[in-house]
Amino acid sequence: MNADAVRGRGSSAFAKATADKSDPPLDYDVVVVGGGNAALCAALTASEAGRRVAVVERAPRPFRGGNSRHTRNLRCAHAAPTAVLTDSYSEGEFLDDLHRVNGGVSDEALSRLLIRQSVECAEWMGRYGARFQAALRGTLHLSRTNAFFLGGGKALLNAYYASAARLGVDVFYDAEVVDLEIEAGRFRTVTIATGGRHRVLRAAAAVIASGGFESNLAWLREAWGDAADRFIVRGTPYNTGGPLRLLLDAGAEPVGDPRACHAIAVDARAPRFDGGIVTRLDCLPLGIVVNRTGDRFADEGEDLWPKRYASWGALIAAQPGQDACCLVDAKMIGRFMPSVFPPVVAGSVAEVAVQLGLPPDRLVATVNAFNAAVRPGRFDLEALDDCRTEGLSPAKSHWALPLDTPPFHGYPLRPGITFTYLGVKVDEQAQVIMRGGPVRNLFAAGEVMAGNVLRRGYLAGIGMTIGTVFGRLAGAHAADAAR
Amino acid sequence: MLPADPIAHGAHVLTVCNACRYCEQYCPVFPAMEQRETFARVDLSYLANLCHNCGECLYACQYAPPHEFGINVPRTLAEIRLASYEDYAWPRPFAALVRRHSPLTVFALTALFSALFAAASAVRDRGALWRMDPAGDFYAVVPHGVMVALFGAVFAFGVLAIAIGVARFARDVRRASPASFVRGGTWRALWDAMTLRHLHTAGADCASGEEERRPWRRWCHHLVLGGFALCFASTTVAALYHSVFGWVAPYPYTSVPVVLGVLGGLGLTAGSAGLWILHGRRDPALGDPEQRDGDRSLLALLFAITVTGLALVALRTTAAMGALLVVHLATVLALFVTLPYGKFVHGFYRAAALVAYERERDRH
Repeated sequence: MNADAVRGRGSSAFAKATADKSDPPLDYDVVVVGGGNAALCAALTASEAGRRVAVVERAPRPFRGGNSRHTRNLRCAHAAPTAVLTDSYSEGEFLDDLHRVNGGVSDEALSRLLIRQSVECAEWMGRYGARFQAALRGTLHLSRTNAFFLGGGKALLNAYYASAARLGVDVFYDAEVVDLEIEAGRFRTVTIATGGRHRVLRAAAAVIASGGFESNLAWLREAWGDAADRFIVRGTPYNTGGPLRLLLDAGAEPVGDPRACHAIAVDARAPRFDGGIVTRLDCLPLGIVVNRTGDRFADEGEDLWPKRYASWGALIAAQPGQDACCLVDAKMIGRFMPSVFPPVVAGSVAEVAVQLGLPPDRLVATVNAFNAAVRPGRFDLEALDDCRTEGLSPAKSHWALPLDTPPFHGYPLRPGITFTYLGVKVDEQAQVIMRGGPVRNLFAAGEVMAGNVLRRGYLAGIGMTIGTVFGRLAGAHAADAAR
Repeated sequence: MLPADPIAHGAHVLTVCNACRYCEQYCPVFPAMEQRETFARVDLSYLANLCHNCGECLYACQYAPPHEFGINVPRTLAEIRLASYEDYAWPRPFAALVRRHSPLTVFALTALFSALFAAASAVRDRGALWRMDPAGDFYAVVPHGVMVALFGAVFAFGVLAIAIGVARFARDVRRASPASFVRGGTWRALWDAMTLRHLHTAGADCASGEEERRPWRRWCHHLVLGGFALCFASTTVAALYHSVFGWVAPYPYTSVPVVLGVLGGLGLTAGSAGLWILHGRRDPALGDPEQRDGDRSLLALLFAITVTGLALVALRTTAAMGALLVVHLATVLALFVTLPYGKFVHGFYRAAALVAYERERDRH
């Protein structure tokens, strides 16, 4: 073990490093860039194959794990009920679900590979300390398709880091990758920076599992313009996309569009970064959503909430000032997941408007027009019911009930970006495809290559499946390449 | 970074938890939380007493310090648990004692009671304290009637005080619950409380640190609880011997009261010492530093009671018997006096919370 790496738990040492450009490189068989699920799956796999492995994590130890620390489950195909999954979920059904959300725009062979290998994920994870919830529970009713981590993604990552420490993997925390040296068709070194100093890690193979670039506001601005300044980043502030940029600059074949991202509606009072799951608002289909001029701009009841959940980020991003508000009345209280910030509550629509900084007259007019357009029906949140508006644009297709019962509750909304889809193209060995000819010892896993499978839309839990499957593949092939 | 008011902070913490729910299969705290939308003092007291401080949810939490939300459920609920013991202490003025415990107060009480016993003994019979008695007759030092009257009265008061507090707690929890209560579930709840089921609900032992799960804390607690039960049984059998059969102590080494008492004493000694050691080794983030003294004073007292008790059995025919008896009785009296206003009550509030948990319905 190198003196300035931290083996799993324990603190420090790295701060004491007197490393510099002139220091001799540290030698490893496999270096893994990133510290989330995909990175740890790669590191565990390569280490289990007998390789000396280093993990380079951008975040300090308490915030290790990238966006995986905010996750909760992964999607697994399975033929029969297991301890952690109910019923069955065939590979064909999984593939159909994937096609439905990604519009068929993805690498078919990699999609099939992902789904085929999702079958054995849960068992493999268990070998490294992962624990799962018992099936049949879980608030999202997803236990047929998704295995839920007991305690969530951070608990999973803690188990992985503990296993990595047992296997002798060196972890560099608080270490930013500043250079990837690729020369004569081979990956050579990674240069990391910490505390203003540099250190070179030389390895026989590398796995890049560094996530997307959603925390890089300058890069987001390139894609979204000034609107990006109003985005809330739901996950880690450390996904600044440095290694992704280095790969693209080195000639990696890109996949996906820089604007493509998973973004939802979050409470406008959420912290700029790292608010995670609790800042989301699930009340949108139960009321109306207006922009800062007090006008509705989208069909709040177009489809079941889990299917529409991730479309609201882009809808709000397109509004003036990237602002919106959701308004519900007293009939809906208790029907949606409680949120972390209290709603604005008032006895009249106009008062709510004043408190939310909306033009009261306009909001009252919007609500009156909405209420007048609502047709009677039988309200049923579990189905696409027949409560809808008529002659209103935009319509509300389902769950439309008049907003008529005080007190009224208002929540300010902003776009909350979960992750970006722009990534690098890989083959079935998770090897990075380079424009200038093959680089046989460079691999990618996780969000940084998720665009191969999914470039738009989302399926709950598929990000962790991609990370686990391609992390293991990348780790195994990197171990081979380092033989 | 924690605000002074544990209730306000607790409401913030549980509001974040309730919007997250990732921990919902760790233990009953989270399913009970999910039945509530707001968290008043009584709701928090209920959840706090359901918590066994296994520690899992701190390490799993994406919002744990140094995250700006600063969520530490085990510590927050530990703080509220202590506040709930004060809230329900009876009679009210004695609630102030809950935070006053320390190994020093325990030592002072023991010294005070020892002096009183010694003085009383000397007034009655100047030489009794240091006289060697081949029969090992405790009542020559402190008469039977005095022991029964004094300890019986103090113990009865303690039991009454705890019963009133716990009954009021259970009533408040029931009244504040958003769910309807059904009958039954009591035995299951008591069984869960005794076996510490929720200290290892998720199939692994409680955490002493991140990814460190060890059985020792549970085993030591079982030794303490079992030891206490055996000592209680020993005293009960001895009381029956005396009052029903007229068999007067001291009893032979092979008699039921002595065997039960020695076994219980050994369990209590090992368990309380073990818990003291584990207490010092556990990740301090999991607990409330304010309660360190209170927790340790109970352990110290239990340890002192059993060590002096075992010594008394071993040395009852020597000249040390009188002094040992005085110190032993003083430690027992110190325990009885502090019983309703310290850590000792946790088992009763936890059992009451678990009974409420079993009876609360409409849980998903």
